[in-house]
Amino acid sequence: MIELKGVGKVYEDGFQALNNIDLAFENGKINVLIGPSGCGKTTTMKLLNRLVDYTDGEILLDGRNLKEIDPIELRRQMGYVIQNIGLFPHMTIYNNVAAVPKLLKWPKEKIKKSVMELLQLVNLDPDTYMNRFPSELSGGQQQRIGVIRALAADSSIILMDEPFSALDPISREQLQDELISLQSEINKTIIFVTHDMDEALKIADQIILMKNGHIIQKDSPNNIIANPADEFVKDFIGKKRLTPKQKLPSLDNFISKSFVSIQSDSSTAEAIKQMTAYKLTNIPVVTQDDMYLGSINLYGALDNQEETIENLVESDTYTIESTTETVEVINELNSINTTIPVVDGNGKLVGTLDPYQLLYEWRVTSEYECGEQ
Amino acid sequence: MIFFQGYMKYWREDYSSILAYMYEHMIISLTVIALSITFSIPLAVYLTKIKSDLIKTITFNIANIFQTIPTIALLALVIPLFGIGFVPAVVALFLYSLLPLLRNTYAGMNSIDPGIIEAAKGMGYGTIQRLFKIELPVALPYIMSGIRVTSVYIISWTTLAALIGAGGLGDLVLAGIGYNDSMMIFTGTFLAIIIAISLDLVINKIEKIFSYS
Ligand SMILES: Nc1ncnc2c1ncn2[C@@H]1O[C@H](COP(=O)(O)OP(=O)(O)O)[C@@H](O)[C@H]1O
Ligand SMILES: [Mg+2]
Repeated sequence: MIELKGVGKVYEDGFQALNNIDLAFENGKINVLIGPSGCGKTTTMKLLNRLVDYTDGEILLDGRNLKEIDPIELRRQMGYVIQNIGLFPHMTIYNNVAAVPKLLKWPKEKIKKSVMELLQLVNLDPDTYMNRFPSELSGGQQQRIGVIRALAADSSIILMDEPFSALDPISREQLQDELISLQSEINKTIIFVTHDMDEALKIADQIILMKNGHIIQKDSPNNIIANPADEFVKDFIGKKRLTPKQKLPSLDNFISKSFVSIQSDSSTAEAIKQMTAYKLTNIPVVTQDDMYLGSINLYGALDNQEETIENLVESDTYTIESTTETVEVINELNSINTTIPVVDGNGKLVGTLDPYQLLYEWRVTSEYECGEQ
Repeated sequence: MIFFQGYMKYWREDYSSILAYMYEHMIISLTVIALSITFSIPLAVYLTKIKSDLIKTITFNIANIFQTIPTIALLALVIPLFGIGFVPAVVALFLYSLLPLLRNTYAGMNSIDPGIIEAAKGMGYGTIQRLFKIELPVALPYIMSGIRVTSVYIISWTTLAALIGAGGLGDLVLAGIGYNDSMMIFTGTFLAIIIAISLDLVINKIEKIFSYS
């Protein structure tokens, strides 16, 4: 475990980059440092491998004072992934991944085994890729190498400074997913810097939100969203994530009450007349007290004009109860393309529903949601 | 044809002295190249490591001044200090060669992506390890091209070393001018070009071995 106690950092030019930071990174967890640019995320991370030395407080690594550990030794024990990837262009992929194990003077066989396993872990075929140079890989592949290079020495702590931010959105999502599944296998203590809240919410066990060299809030993703500490946190999380998903208007709004129906004792000719007049292919059939019986299809009626309505009515038609949630209706809609009868709890016909109008409404609402940000 | 036969005769009679001039030429050039590499590259690396802009400016200005003095003038200027012969020639050409190599190495080191350096530091390379395993190899293409350019220059400038009694192919050219013997002038010039081209090829090969992209 890494503990920061009252840690501060004043740079040589007198700038106070960090102020009284109290923080614990628990073993085996993904800890995400997040905040606006310049808030001190990178500085905090670099304190841990002593690329930057703190000027106040103390940092304990498994109870040992960090300043007592030789920085070079310390860095070889911690994986380090940076935003601009930083692969060594003159070394093959194999040698890049093997860099720290070589510094640690591991036996050749052990190094080879580790490199092969890691390449497979990120779905890069060792035979294809190990002798290539970094310039021969895509950006996403390069950063995969960047990540496994940090894992190669089997260090228990991995520092990652905006590792995916330079990648295209698709590669970024992929690498995030891979990191999550990787972590379920390797269980490292990961310190991950980002300025992207979506990324933080997706991968973090603990989110540490920073501003101007202070920690504003540290909590699990769910708790941060449920209880944002102040306006700044709310702003940073974004309104979109805080308000529950916009609900669709209730079904009532879509039900057409001025529907046409026909009584079961009417003549078939009358039904045909109604349907052609209103340009319908179906018409609901009701009893005298408006109980829904079924529907008549225009073409069925035209083919059998002599039959009575009672004989023509199809009673196994799809109906919707008026109290159904709009969302559920939409989910059912895929295959239905005619007007749908809506009935109340007693089976009384209360209206009809136009599926096209409903889908249109739904699309407008969801576009509004996405566009809002 | 007659000219060609005459030229063959000249080679048959004089080949040992021609080869001696060539040998002298190569010794002077290679000495200067070796000195220049062992001095300029570490100096350039040092300059990339220090913070003081003053030292950098001064060093580059000095190297620049040597470069702007006409070669003949520089050769003349070293005579009072070192007399004539091999040593002053090497000193003058060495001063002359400082700038291109210094500049290329410095640019090469500065061209390294800061991300690479940061990654190396963060992964636990010590300063010396980082220099030899990461920085110099990454900057090598630049440095090699600096060495190539400088070497070709030096071979050409060495022709002038004959003026202060250091010998080399310049002697052949000067003698040719003295005797109005175009064969000698041609031979001296031609051989200097051959040496330059061969060296260029060799360095190119080495460059290829070490290049990575
Ligand atoms: N070497 C330095 N000297 C002085 N100020 C620095 C130095 N490095 C970073 N800073 C300042 O410290 C603050 C925090 O920087 P940093 O930790 O890199 O922020 P970020 O959260 O964007 O990673 C910034 O205002 C930055 O300008
Ligand atoms: Mg940063």
